[in-house]
Parts: sequence; structure tokens; C-alpha cells
Amino acid sequence: MSSANHHILSVLVENRSGVLARVAGLFARRGYNIFSLAVAPTEDDRFSRLTIVVDVDSSPLEQITKQLFKLIEVIKISELDPRAAVERELLIATINATEAARGRVLELVQVFEGKVLAVGTDALTVSLEGQPSKIDDFEELLRGYGIVELQRTGRIALPKLNRERTRAPHAATERAS
Amino acid sequence: MTKERITGAQALIRSLELEGTEVIFGLPGGCILPAYDPLIESSIRHVLVRHEQGAGHMAEGYAHVTGRPGVALVTSGPAATNMVTPLCDAYMDSIPMVCITGQVPTTAIGTDAFQECDTVGITRSVTKHNELVMSAQDLPRAIREAFHIATTGRPGPVLVDVPKDVLQNTMEWYWPDSVDLPGYAPQVKGDPQAIRAAAKLILASERPVLYAGGGILKARAAEALRELAELTDIHVVTTLMARGAFPDSHPLCLGMPGMHGNATAITAMQKSDLLVALGSRFDDRITGKVPTFAPEAKIIHVDIDPAEHGKVRRPDVPIVGDCREVIIELIREIRNLLSSGDVQADTSVWKSRVSGWREQFPLAYIASEPGEALKPQACLEALRDSSPPGTILCSGVGQHQMWSSQYWTFEEPYTWVNSGGLGTMGFSIPAAIGAKVGRPDRTVWAVDGDGCFQMTAQELTTASVERIPIKVAVLNNSYLGMVRQWQEMFYDERYSEVYLNQDLPNIAMWAEAMGCVGIRVDSPEEIQPAIDKANAINDRPVVIDFRTDARENVFPMVPAGFSNDDVLVHPSQSDRRAFLR
Repeated sequence: MSSANHHILSVLVENRSGVLARVAGLFARRGYNIFSLAVAPTEDDRFSRLTIVVDVDSSPLEQITKQLFKLIEVIKISELDPRAAVERELLIATINATEAARGRVLELVQVFEGKVLAVGTDALTVSLEGQPSKIDDFEELLRGYGIVELQRTGRIALPKLNRERTRAPHAATERAS
Repeated sequence: MTKERITGAQALIRSLELEGTEVIFGLPGGCILPAYDPLIESSIRHVLVRHEQGAGHMAEGYAHVTGRPGVALVTSGPAATNMVTPLCDAYMDSIPMVCITGQVPTTAIGTDAFQECDTVGITRSVTKHNELVMSAQDLPRAIREAFHIATTGRPGPVLVDVPKDVLQNTMEWYWPDSVDLPGYAPQVKGDPQAIRAAAKLILASERPVLYAGGGILKARAAEALRELAELTDIHVVTTLMARGAFPDSHPLCLGMPGMHGNATAITAMQKSDLLVALGSRFDDRITGKVPTFAPEAKIIHVDIDPAEHGKVRRPDVPIVGDCREVIIELIREIRNLLSSGDVQADTSVWKSRVSGWREQFPLAYIASEPGEALKPQACLEALRDSSPPGTILCSGVGQHQMWSSQYWTFEEPYTWVNSGGLGTMGFSIPAAIGAKVGRPDRTVWAVDGDGCFQMTAQELTTASVERIPIKVAVLNNSYLGMVRQWQEMFYDERYSEVYLNQDLPNIAMWAEAMGCVGIRVDSPEEIQPAIDKANAINDRPVVIDFRTDARENVFPMVPAGFSNDDVLVHPSQSDRRAFLR
């Protein structure tokens, strides 16, 4: 599900009520789609971080970013280049696994270094954490056995660390002044 | 010293006083009732409206002419929803405004209580910011922030939603010394390198145009603009939102561009090699079909809102900053370049082309003979020529708005109040009331259409009762005129649901019923006496019902979606159309 046009926005916001609605409303109002979204408090409980994956060309992305900046509660926006970021996503899924198929499903989980969360008579609930592309592969392979239910989290991401020299970790488009 | 304990309602009114509020436009109701009690003792004037939409537009009109934020105070539910149009209007036109709405008690929120609505949810996309205040202790902070946000950066409306129990509860009074908004810091100073690049482009241009928008007025930059224009001898176009930002009588003023702008302003932009956009936003009404807009022009775009850069047209030199500050720096930079030997490009060929267009394409209409229906343009010319300097002109939305902008001569800033972005019919009467409250020393004319008039005329009762003597000129052509014009031109004269009725309502009688003087004008020779009579009345509002010719259309016109190259000039000028090439 990764595409050439996907961009990761890491948006630091004030932890006030209605912020998520404001951000989501802005995307809807300007006609942009959110591909995935993850929200959680940061290390500082005054702030939350939204990781938003959008699927657009770079020029509408500039508009999105600028419009987001106009929201009073938005503190900082960093666009993370997928090549320079570590991304993670979590998948949990319940898979049809009758006795005959169970061994092969377990093998698949092992190969991907996933986990088995629950075992039923003819189904397994498994989880996998990893890079979105790896999750995509896993999901595709599971499909063959029959997916009963599947849930993926939105993607979360941080910039890759630069080992050569110390500098601010974000190649950020920070708010001017 | 023990801290003073007061109610949330008292804290709200005291906070408004400390923000310098001199007038509130509002209408009380259940949830906002507690706030109306301390208002009795307050120094703040309250103007009691007849409909909450009126309160919103009055606050806008007040803000337009004074530059100070307009304040509206209404209750919850239907009052809040009635406020949505003015909020959106103020948002589109960047008008500083603070709106306080009542809300059901915090304990009742979410229960579908009587007169409950999700006010912050509903108004989120039509305000610069809004907040539901859940504790009386937060009120001074919320009000302080609301005024700060409304009036700084790109101005706009801010709504503060206050539940009834928050108004009733007590709090320990304080007044914040400053605002703490870590995510809000508008950039005011322009980037010196960009300003230098802009100065060089301006001096190198052979066909430059200064494209002044409403941001000039918001930034109080009219004087700076004039200095820049005179220093560089560059023509200025003033958009619908910027009328008055540069004097119409100035030799460098080309007037209004856009869909109903004059042919010279439209064509000068179209043929320019450099557009210096100052607080303007390349609205579709200005650009026409975007890909063919000013194809040879480089763009310098000065705007305090970085999101305007590249939204419609990618600028060659974007400058984020306050228009006034940036123009002053630009002037300094140009002076420096000139004194260090740079020479401005020769613009004389361009100048003579522009003056050729001006000569060939003045605004035109065919005057009516005595006994014939009035020409709206003639009414406006008479009104203009009979008005004292500094008269404030307000308008609704439609043909009368375009004629007002075209035929008035705006000589100073803050004398033109209209709904540009949202195009809100019914704007003019309440906006004129707000303008007159803000500038009681000025004559305030509201030019309205018969369609617009019927949307908000009830506020004339407010004007009578509150002794706010505005003057209203209704250009009554018995139609939703602009719609009629589009049906005539683009729908093969198939008129669908545009006819109102010239006699119903009887506008003059209706005006009288609301405590105004009502005058009706049927034929051209009655125009001047009626205006003279209206101008002589200063103790109550006056309404003139001008019975105008319904067949009159607004020209020039760039049909929606067409290129500015295809501007339709007045039929009497179409034979010289080729001259615009």
C-alpha cells in the first residue's frame, strides 16, 4: 500500500480538545484524503503527535502543510522523507486455520517474526509489527488462508538518526519565526 | 491581598472592557442571559438587533471602518447557527471579529438539551479559531486570546462558546499579561533577500502593475502603497476588497480588475510582465481562467498568510509579511538601488498603451430619457456627486454591488464596505449600521438591491430605535438582477425564478413602518431631489426606493471560466474590441 506519492507528516499539536477534529476537518474541507493517521501523546503531555500519511503530489502537499500551520494548536510540522525515516505499523488479524492449515500459518508467522496472540479451534489471531511494506506482504500472504478480521494501526514514524554528526533530528519545515 | 471573586459573566464583560470594546452587537437568550446582567453596569454600548445575522454583519461593518475587532454576543443553538453566515463572511474577507455565544450548561452538553448545538463543531471551518470554555477561571485567558488571534496576522473571526454555568460560577479574577500560544506567531517582517529580489524585478520591469488587495487595508498600508506607486511610477489596480486603498482620482489608479472590473485594469494585468500582488489572493473573480491569466507576468506576492503563496499561482518572489512593513522595506531597497546606480527600465511604451485603453474603454451606459425607467448607474453617479468627502459606502451583493464599486470614486481607505469573498446577499444594511456606529461622524450610504434588501431589512428597526441614521438606496429592478443577467446571457434568456416584484413589498412604506423616512423615485428627474432630501435628514434612517431598469446589465464582464482576454465590453464599445489586443 505504499505509493510513490505517499508523504508522511509528523505534526506536533497542543493537547487541547477538538484538535483532531480540526485537523481532520481541514483535510476534508480542502479536499485531501488522509491515507492513515496515528495520534498519541508525546513525551511532553502538553503535546500530542499526529502521524499523517497522505497520498498527494508535492504541490498540494505544500498547501496542506501551509493550511495545517494556520491552525492555532499546530506547533510544528515535519515532512518525513520515507527514505530517511523509520516507519512502523502494527497489524493484528484473525486467520482461518483449520488443523490442516494451522502449521502453514504458523510457519508464515514465524518467517515474518510475528506473534500468535490467540488460538481457537479453527482460527488464529496473529500480530506483526514492522515496516509498512513488510506488513503489506504479510497481509497478502495471509489472505490465501482466509482473513476473518484484520486491523492495522496507522503508520508512525521518526526520522532516521544521522550517525556522522549531531544535529537536530528533524529535517523540518518549522514554523517561520 | 485576597483575590477578588466574581462570576464568569462579570469576568467576561470585564475582559471585553479591558480589550477596549466600545460596542457589542447582540441579542440575548436563555444560555447567554447571565452575561447580559453585568452588561447593565458596563461602559460598553449594546446594540439590540432583530436577528443574530444582523449582529454579525454589524460587527463586520464596524471592523471594516474602524480597524478594531467587531464584537457580537448571542445565545446558543439557533442564535449560533444564525451567526454562521457572518462568521464565514468575516473569514473569507479577513475581518477581525470576536463572537461570544452562549451554550447549554456543561452538565447538559451532549444531551440534545433545549437550544443546544455543537457550536464549535459547526463554526470550526468558518472561524480563524474557536474555543468552548469549560471553566469560569479560563474566561479572561480565552477572551484575551480571542482578541489577539482575531486582530493579528491575517485577521479573522474568533468564536468563544460559553456554557451557562460557566457564566454563573465564580472565579478568581486575573488579567493575563500576555498570551501563551506556542503554535501561533505570524511573520510580520519580510525576508530581506526576497525584498531585494523584488526590488530588482520591479526596477527591471517594462510593464509592471501593482495588484493591491484587501490586505493593504488590513495592514493600514494605503500610504505606503501610494509612496511605492509614486516612487516607481507604476499603475495600481485595486480589487473589490481594496477599493479606497489607492485614490481613484490618482493618475496611476486603474481601478478595479476582475469579472466586472474595467477593461483597462483587466487588460493591464493580463498584458503585464510583472504583477506585484500586495495583500491580494488571486481570487477566481480576478484571474478568470487561471492558466491564461497574465501569462507573461512574473509574480511578486506579498502576503502575511504563507498559504496564499502558490495556492493559485506560483510566485517568482514570495514574501511572507505584513504588507505595510514589507512595502516600506521595498521602498527603502528601491531607493538604495537607485542611489547606487541602478536605473529603472523604460515603461513609457507600456504607459502609452495603458492610457490608450483608458481613453477607448471608459465605463459606459446609455442614459435614460425623462419618463423612462432609471438607470442604476445614473442613480449612483448622482449619489456619489452629492455625498460629502469621506462618505462610507456599503453594499450588498449582486449587480448593485458591481455598479457601486465601478461608479463610486473612492478617495480614502475604509470608505467601502462589502461582502467580497462569500458574496452574502443582505450584507449591506446591517454592515452600514455597524459602520455608522463605528464612524458616527461620517455619512453612511448603503446601496442595496431589492433582493438583498428583503433579506435583512428588519435591522432598519434596530437603526431607528438605536438612532443610527444610515441612508439606504435600493436599486429596485424587481429582479435578482445578477442572476437575471446570467440567465439572459448564458441560458438563452430563459428566466427561471428570478422575478421578484417591484411593488411588493412596498419598500418606502415598509421603511416608514420601521421608523425610517421612505422615498420612492420613479423617473430620472426625481433622482436628485430625493437624494438632497435624504442627505438633509440626520435624525433617522432614510430609504430611497429607486425604480430602475431591469434590462440593464453590468459591463464589462468576463464570463465565469473564461479568460480575461475574452472580456465583454459594453455593447457600445464592442466595435473597438480589437484595441485591447
